[in-house]
Amino acid sequence: MESHILVVLPHPDDEAFVAAGTLAMHIEQGVKVTYACLTLGEMGRNMGIPPFANRVTLADIRKEELEASCRAIGIQDLRMLGFHDKMIEFEDKQLLDRSIAALVEELQPSLVITFYPGYSVHPDHDACGAAVIRVIEKLPPDKRPVVHCIAFSRDHEREIGQPDVIIDITKYLKQKVASIQSHRSQFQAAELMGSNSLSDQEMQARYGTERFWTYRFN
Amino acid sequence: MQPINPSDIQARIDALKEQELYIHLEMTTGAYAAHFDSSKHPGSIFITNTTVKFSHGSISGSGPYRIGLKMEQGWIYAEGLTYYEEQEKERLIMAGHDSQGKLIVAFQLSKTPF
Repeated sequence: MESHILVVLPHPDDEAFVAAGTLAMHIEQGVKVTYACLTLGEMGRNMGIPPFANRVTLADIRKEELEASCRAIGIQDLRMLGFHDKMIEFEDKQLLDRSIAALVEELQPSLVITFYPGYSVHPDHDACGAAVIRVIEKLPPDKRPVVHCIAFSRDHEREIGQPDVIIDITKYLKQKVASIQSHRSQFQAAELMGSNSLSDQEMQARYGTERFWTYRFN
Repeated sequence: MQPINPSDIQARIDALKEQELYIHLEMTTGAYAAHFDSSKHPGSIFITNTTVKFSHGSISGSGPYRIGLKMEQGWIYAEGLTYYEEQEKERLIMAGHDSQGKLIVAFQLSKTPF
């Protein structure tokens, strides 16, 4: 069993789609989970139909959605690191790395979950994963937590192969769906949820498995 | 946000003339544009919290709307605007959303930073 899981992702709602079931499973087993969310997703494009948010109000709305998602999953410790959405790749690397290193030092996680740098489509995802890898890489090999990465770019399986951690989260679909639904301003995205009225079977096929790649440090 | 009422917007633009204003101007196709459709070319820009001053400005078109602001040495332009925040008294907050509700363009002016 893991002692403490640290999740480092850049946007509110990243946790919902890629790791909510896995986290709910660990939490039910008594594992502590800290979610460090780098930004408030304030540059997101989904604003409701018709739009109920704008560039000024979106940050507060997404903060509340993030908190609701964490409650749905059972995450006990949410850290909002306050970086600017879309700017992670341009951020001062020392500042970014220091804030992640401080969390690793404080929490001594046995497992860290983040995006696979280079294979995660959004520049914020890649830059977030790269920062986590830089931080963990600096630790002596015997002090490094295991790092599970999420990848979904078009070329990812050709480059990094099949995921080595495949988790059946069928038992935790309820938490996962509740987490996704917490992100009200994002949830209407048709390409993510289809008609919003998927059958149980469709939900299971689409969301019943979460996949991770264990990062191999040299 | 409410669908744009051009005469209300024009009055708001006129009220903001000839003063230092903070601007947030943005256009984006979204970071996933090419991921969902490889024929798409992703493009985004934004500039936020720099100051501008315009002498003359107007809204044009029949929806989606265009805005042009004439400055001492140049112009500011935005196309594709569909919604604005009617409740805002001091700031002008406008956006253009596509048929899926996704933000395409944002155009905002304020006397204080965003």
